[in-house]
Amino acid sequence: MTLTLTHYLVLAALLFCLGVYGAITRKNAIGILMALELVFNAVNLTLVAAGRFRPQPDAVGQLFALFVIAAAAAESILGLAIILAIYRRRVVVNADEMDLMKN
Amino acid sequence: MRFPFLTAIYCLPLLAVLIIFCFPARCRVAIRMVALVSSVAALAMTVLLFFWYDRVAGGLQFVEKVPWVSTLGISYFVGVNGINVILLLLTGIIITAGVLASWEVAHRQKEFFILLLTLTTGVFGVFMSWNLFLFFLFYEVAVLPMYLLIGIWGTGRKEYAAMKLTLYLMAGSALILAGILGLYFAAGQRSFDLDLLEKAAYDPVFQRVFFPILFVGFGILAALWPFHTWSPDGHASAPTAVSMLHAGVLMKLGAYGCLLVPMTLLPDGARFWLPMVALLSVVNIVYGSLGATAQKDLKYIVAYSSVSHMGIVMLGLSSMNGTGIGGAVLQMFSHGIMTGLFFALVGMIYGRTHTRMVDEQGGLASRIPVLAAFFVLTGLTSLGLPGLSGFPAELAVFIGAFRAYPVVTVVCTTGIVITAFYVLRLLQRLFFGVRRNTNGAAFGDAKSAFGDAKSAFGDANTVEFIALALLMLFILAVGLYPMPFVRVIGSAVAPIAARLGGM
Amino acid sequence: MADPVVLALAVPLCPLAAFALTWLLARGRPAAGAALSLPAIALSFVLSAVMLWGQVQAPGAIQADIPWMPAGRLSISMGILLNPLSALMMVIVTGVSLLVQIYSLGYMRGDPGFARFFSYLSLFSFSMLTLVLADNFILLYMAWELVGLCSYLLIGFWYEKPEAARAAKKAFVVTRVGDLGFLVGILMLSLLAGTFDFAGVARFIGAGSVPQGQVTLVVLLLFCGAVGKSGQFPLHVWLPDAMEGPTPVSALIHSATMVAAGVFMVARLYGIFQESADALRVVAGLGAFTAVFAAAIALAQDDIKRILAYSTISQLGYMMLALGVGGYGAGLFHLTTHAAFKTLLFLGAGSVIHAAGTNDIRQMGGLARRMPVTTVTFAVAVLAIAGIFPLSGFWSKDEILEAVRAGGHPVLYMVALGTVFLTAVYMSRLFFMAFTGASRGEGAHESPAIMTVPLLILAVLAAGLGMLGSPWVGRGIHGLLDPAAPRPVLNMGILVLSNGLAAAGILLALVLFGGRAGARAAHARKAGPLYSLLANKFYIDELYLLLIRALFFSLTTAVAWFDRHIVDGTVNLVGGASKMGGALLRRTLSGKIQGYALIITCGALAALAILLAAGLGLFGAWLTGPGILGPGGAGR
Repeated sequence: MTLTLTHYLVLAALLFCLGVYGAITRKNAIGILMALELVFNAVNLTLVAAGRFRPQPDAVGQLFALFVIAAAAAESILGLAIILAIYRRRVVVNADEMDLMKN
Repeated sequence: MRFPFLTAIYCLPLLAVLIIFCFPARCRVAIRMVALVSSVAALAMTVLLFFWYDRVAGGLQFVEKVPWVSTLGISYFVGVNGINVILLLLTGIIITAGVLASWEVAHRQKEFFILLLTLTTGVFGVFMSWNLFLFFLFYEVAVLPMYLLIGIWGTGRKEYAAMKLTLYLMAGSALILAGILGLYFAAGQRSFDLDLLEKAAYDPVFQRVFFPILFVGFGILAALWPFHTWSPDGHASAPTAVSMLHAGVLMKLGAYGCLLVPMTLLPDGARFWLPMVALLSVVNIVYGSLGATAQKDLKYIVAYSSVSHMGIVMLGLSSMNGTGIGGAVLQMFSHGIMTGLFFALVGMIYGRTHTRMVDEQGGLASRIPVLAAFFVLTGLTSLGLPGLSGFPAELAVFIGAFRAYPVVTVVCTTGIVITAFYVLRLLQRLFFGVRRNTNGAAFGDAKSAFGDAKSAFGDANTVEFIALALLMLFILAVGLYPMPFVRVIGSAVAPIAARLGGM
Repeated sequence: MADPVVLALAVPLCPLAAFALTWLLARGRPAAGAALSLPAIALSFVLSAVMLWGQVQAPGAIQADIPWMPAGRLSISMGILLNPLSALMMVIVTGVSLLVQIYSLGYMRGDPGFARFFSYLSLFSFSMLTLVLADNFILLYMAWELVGLCSYLLIGFWYEKPEAARAAKKAFVVTRVGDLGFLVGILMLSLLAGTFDFAGVARFIGAGSVPQGQVTLVVLLLFCGAVGKSGQFPLHVWLPDAMEGPTPVSALIHSATMVAAGVFMVARLYGIFQESADALRVVAGLGAFTAVFAAAIALAQDDIKRILAYSTISQLGYMMLALGVGGYGAGLFHLTTHAAFKTLLFLGAGSVIHAAGTNDIRQMGGLARRMPVTTVTFAVAVLAIAGIFPLSGFWSKDEILEAVRAGGHPVLYMVALGTVFLTAVYMSRLFFMAFTGASRGEGAHESPAIMTVPLLILAVLAAGLGMLGSPWVGRGIHGLLDPAAPRPVLNMGILVLSNGLAAAGILLALVLFGGRAGARAAHARKAGPLYSLLANKFYIDELYLLLIRALFFSLTTAVAWFDRHIVDGTVNLVGGASKMGGALLRRTLSGKIQGYALIITCGALAALAILLAAGLGLFGAWLTGPGILGPGGAGR
């Protein structure tokens, strides 16, 4: 059995759903961040696979994935920094309780 | 390459902003000295510009033109005609006096001067831009710092006033932006340069649709009735220097915009709509002066009188002939300085009596004779006394407007009687009559004399005196011999009047 | 001989220099104010006299101007026009100014605002002389406003007195109402004639190309200015209140010079006024009415200065009447003589007030013994204004009567004669009540020489000036003003009639008011409602106050309300509506970030589902076809 594009896409879709599910249901903010990483990686997997299975395979898909990884890293750092800042001020990491913007 | 004279003018306050940024906030003296030096230098340059401008040749001079975003027709294009020269001079005078009037600002002085000078940069820029994109850019720079200046350093209902003013001006900006884009596409020149836009032939229907959009957009800033209510609240709440700059210069910026963009570029629209503007200006003049009569707060009185006097500017613009428009520009200059003086004096009096309510003061003439003398002269300017700058300006406007709309003009002249009434009543209550105590200081021993009053608070100090004298100097200059000013203005107004079909 | 233009310019510029120097140099040095002001006005007087002499020798107009401001096709210039009329006025203005300033040295001694007072007087002299010399409407209007300013400053000179401050404001605003008409008239001229030059306008209107109705309208509008400035009905209300100012000011500005500016203006523009017979009729009618109206009010006043103020209004009405019926020379002659005897009356009144410490003639009495010089000079002035032969008032008043009679205006003639009688009555009443009878003011004493010498000079003038118009000095003043004027003759009929009326008036006053205070009060009671009507000045002030309250102030209040609630209300409504909208939408947000994430996910899924469904053709051609708004879309 050879791996076709479909296999990769199904795997990516599963990963994506898992990530979204995690991001919506986790209470812990760090957990949400980790779940978001899953979503990013699902996208990366899609990009790389799509690049690989083009009629003339090239590195464009991988290039995009690299960009995403870089952006994701920056995003995680920012997210963690915000969480830390909130933790310092309010001693919570629970996303439900972070509703300062509401009031 | 020639020295970029105009760029240097607006770069002076900008430079001062950058220098002040570098100072720590505790260097209070250094900060205000930097602000003063830059504004005095800018004033000196605008005075030089006034003398160096070739009033015989007229037209656009001191041009600097550099392509910027060529694909969109955006260029860095600055230059001055006679009107710009006058308004740049006005800005230079007002900002210098404004900095002097803010000498004692205590709260967040560094930020105050940064914002004030940023605002000045924008105003200078607007008065020399000949590319509409650049114009709009500077325009926004001039309008935005106002929100913070009023919101932070204001008094009374300052948040309400600041928000109201900003939203009003933003609404005006939105209309202006829409109008500018409309012009850009209708002209089909792929250029924002005014000289190119001026040559384009616009469809008459387009002109009739876009003239009110642009005119109202700018007119809001000039307190065109019924879009004037930001002015009393805003001016009353703003700190002294900001009121001076706003009423003295920014309102003129609105009238200048009306003249520069819709009236020059859309003559057919102007001929269609300007009679309507004349009617609105009657309302401005009479309604403004009646409003001023009813007010009890000094700043509100001055603000409503500004509404009334800007009506005279609008009346002059709507006359469509050189005399009226030239008079309107002279009135912009005159009123700018006059209202600057008014707000400076109100600030100084407030600083002494700690009230702006007219009813709570009285008999101040013997306690602060110098301030009183300046106030009386300013009041006389506002009621159009000959020998002071208000007279030639109003006379020219009335002569010009009478040719276009005799009946309307006659109604407008009643405004000068009402103005005389409320100004003199104000003088009477504030300075004459029985002295009234407001802050518990003992007096009654003060003798009314030729400047030898003894009182609990002092008369004008040196800094205040210089600020007031600077402004008064120009009021007298224009009032006694308006010829140089009128000729500079006339060189720029004549082509506009010719386009509108009146001479 | 120097250039006459330079000399003429020097006349107004001397006092201006004195004014400027006083403010620059004399701060805190009161004496310096007078030291600058007096020589300046003396020099002006000498120069004016030289001018007048030159005009007497060789009458002729001298004109010179410089451009001041271009206004489209029009050019506004600053220029002077020296002719016999302006030369005469210059001498009157500088002469009265000089005497009043000398008098003020005594009257204002020790006042803390001494220097300020003299600087204002100098500014006034400058403005008034400019007014007299102006050769065009704009400069005339400018000077017109400037004398109004000086009047404002000097009425309110003692600004700590609330009445003075109020009177100053009233004077300025009321005259401004008249000036409004003046300004509109000038604007109309700018449109009609295309020039502001007096000669140019007169030539243009004289050419007859302007419709008669428009000429009348313009002339009447210009006349509005004169009505305001010369205190003619219905704008006379400011002049009596203006008496709050120092008495020398009343003498200078509010009797002899500034208030005569209205008469002067009509005379200066007589060529234009003559183009409209209707307008002249209005001038004459209004003048006659004002003359008798103000004289009647003067009968019942008790404040010495207010009596004189109403007398001034009445006499100015007389001059207007003269001009209106064509008595150009007569009106100006009366202006000249009036300047002498009215200044004398005011300065005498100042002397009396100085001595008696009150303005109320009911509290004076018996001053004759204590103040001989003042009494004698005052008596001369009273006889002069009453028109007793051969004092100056007689000559000028009789000429006016003659002009009215010759002009064929029987009604106006009767009114003018009635005014002669009333004038004699109220002036004698004033004299008898203040100077004769029982003595009341104990500390009263004669004023110092610095004040009495000007009184004596003026008394000589008040007695003798009339000779200029008598048959015994050739054509006198008339030859100067109007080369075509005939040699005056003594009209015996009018002489007897007017002197008889005046003598009757004086006798009546002697009978009524020569006696004791109790008797006077009884007369007042007997007169009943008529007396109170006169004493309250026909309730005109009250009427105006009522109108201003009812119309003007309610209008301002309405505007303030409208602005606050309607205009601003709309603005706040828009703001409030946006806020409300925001508050409503705000409810939909929980503030929980994961809730938002869920919504985003669901939305994304829904979008995906729609796309998928469209791809699979579930919507038919509805979405993928030509489009919802496409031409074929609606039909399927």
